[in-house]
Amino acid sequence: MLNVSLFIQSIVNGLNQGAVYALVALGYTMVYGIIRMINFAHGDFIMVGGYTLFYTIPLMVNAGMPAWMSVIIAIAVCTIVGVAVERIAYKPVRGAGSMSALITALAMSLFLENLALVLFGANPKSVPAIFNLPMIDFAGAKLPGKALITLVIGLAIMLLLQIFIKFTKLGKAMRAVPQDKQASTLVGINVNKIITITFAIGSALAAVAALMYCSTYPRANTEMGVMLGLKAFIAAVLGGIGIIPGAMLGGIIVGLVEIFVKVYLAPGWYEAITYGILIVVLLVKPTGILGKNIGEKV
Amino acid sequence: MPKNKKVEYLINFVGILAVFGILVFFLDTGILGKQVNYIRGIVTIALLTIIMVTSLNLTTGFMGEFSLGHAGFMSIGAYSSSIVTLALADSNIPNMLLFIIAIIVGAVVTAIMGFLVGIPALRLKGDYLAIVTVAVAEIVRVAFCNFAITGGGKTLSGIKKLSDVHYVYVVMIICVVIMYMFIRSRFGRAVKAIREDYIAASSSGINVTNYKVMTFTISAMFAGVAGAIYAHYMTAMIPNTFSFMKSSEYLTMVILGGSGSFTGSIIGASVLSALPELLRDFASYRMLMYSVVLVLVMIFRPGGIFGTYEFSLIRVLKKVFGKNKGGADNE
Repeated sequence: MLNVSLFIQSIVNGLNQGAVYALVALGYTMVYGIIRMINFAHGDFIMVGGYTLFYTIPLMVNAGMPAWMSVIIAIAVCTIVGVAVERIAYKPVRGAGSMSALITALAMSLFLENLALVLFGANPKSVPAIFNLPMIDFAGAKLPGKALITLVIGLAIMLLLQIFIKFTKLGKAMRAVPQDKQASTLVGINVNKIITITFAIGSALAAVAALMYCSTYPRANTEMGVMLGLKAFIAAVLGGIGIIPGAMLGGIIVGLVEIFVKVYLAPGWYEAITYGILIVVLLVKPTGILGKNIGEKV
Repeated sequence: MPKNKKVEYLINFVGILAVFGILVFFLDTGILGKQVNYIRGIVTIALLTIIMVTSLNLTTGFMGEFSLGHAGFMSIGAYSSSIVTLALADSNIPNMLLFIIAIIVGAVVTAIMGFLVGIPALRLKGDYLAIVTVAVAEIVRVAFCNFAITGGGKTLSGIKKLSDVHYVYVVMIICVVIMYMFIRSRFGRAVKAIREDYIAASSSGINVTNYKVMTFTISAMFAGVAGAIYAHYMTAMIPNTFSFMKSSEYLTMVILGGSGSFTGSIIGASVLSALPELLRDFASYRMLMYSVVLVLVMIFRPGGIFGTYEFSLIRVLKKVFGKNKGGADNE
């Protein structure tokens, strides 16, 4: 017989994990959608957010404010880092082809990791508790309150982002630039500004993801962004890279698959199964689950 | 001019022997004193990195597709060859033969894997292909972490130390020469044509999929050779060594040296693999500098330091002796 409470717990944990992946995947997908570039440094923005949280939470608590308020500082720091990376490293290679862009992104990822290593040392820092919430009983399942609250935050942010992209002028411009850069310039969109804003939003989402991640796994180290970023990227590709709802869908799928494989199938194999699903999906539908097939012109 | 060609081959062969002579001089005559074992290790790692980077250059530089999972193929070569040599550990096979067996096993198993991965994966292009190669490498890593025969997540140890620096040099030369001959052949020209414009290539009768799978398989095969050398040099390993970070390290070496240049790959691989050892005191700043250099090279010289330039011993000799005729390239 299926254990109902374990099942519910797994679903909540999966959604919680999935919401983190989805937030990170959004950053990847928005950047890819706009400049066709895999921003490998994106995972390291989470690391930046993690360290910012580690250093600012005690300050916040001392100042008598709730710990989660430090996410505001994390958002600011991540946004500055993200925009700086874009301006200094990515902008000069934008015209030089995808190979250069990819290598520059890898190099920036290396740079951020090693800068953190020099600044903060190799020992992982344990981030203080962010949310002090009791366990919640639901249909016999014990659910950690912080898992529920991160899930709610994640869903709310995705909803807000969707509204922003769909209905505001800036959002419309962000959708227009990937479709046709020249035409967007013609109708008066400042493409460079839009790209910078995309990076800013993506990095801010990474900061929120850092908060959610650290509330579940309270450790900050220099390599925390690598695997998280890779998996979130897999999620973005799975859902259809460049498509915002695709990133959310992909993130949730990856999160649920990981938790369910861990709990029910084979704990050691969960990563392999996620990657296996990705390969199968890409082979059947090369642009991802929600992706549109675009024919190539000769 | 066949006779001229023969002379050129001879000159190149002498050049290779000369480098080997220098290697022997420094490593075997005791001129370096006590540090010789340490330096021998650095040279071995540099030599196998040359094989890795040149083979990755086949896919990345000459075929124009990213592969971010090359370390995965390396691990397949490493594990398959060590499983075989561990099984043969009690037999009385001489070390040199065992080394050859290990390399052949690594090469064959990895080539088969590369072929099986390549057929479906090479339907994809660009970033998607890069992602699939990452995914394959990660699956391989997780699988090796779980199989009992590969150590089950623990260190696989007790592998015989067979990778003698002299053998490795010979293997490296053979690998690079084969890859060079492949690229200079009819097949190689077809591969380069696909890189330039695959639609034009396929409309002039090149079977794009065949050539891509062939190149990918060859590239994977040599990664397997490098893996076999690595395993029999380190004598113990864990699957997590061959992670995404390792793959991206090799890719950056290819790009930094010059995608589409064997010279670039060889120099890039030897310098960049030896550098960490030489700059051990500045370990944490080294990677920082490395990434900054990488970004600067990408901004100011997007084709890599050597671009598509190839070093040619013949050309150098001709310049020295004042005869200015085009000649064959040295590897």
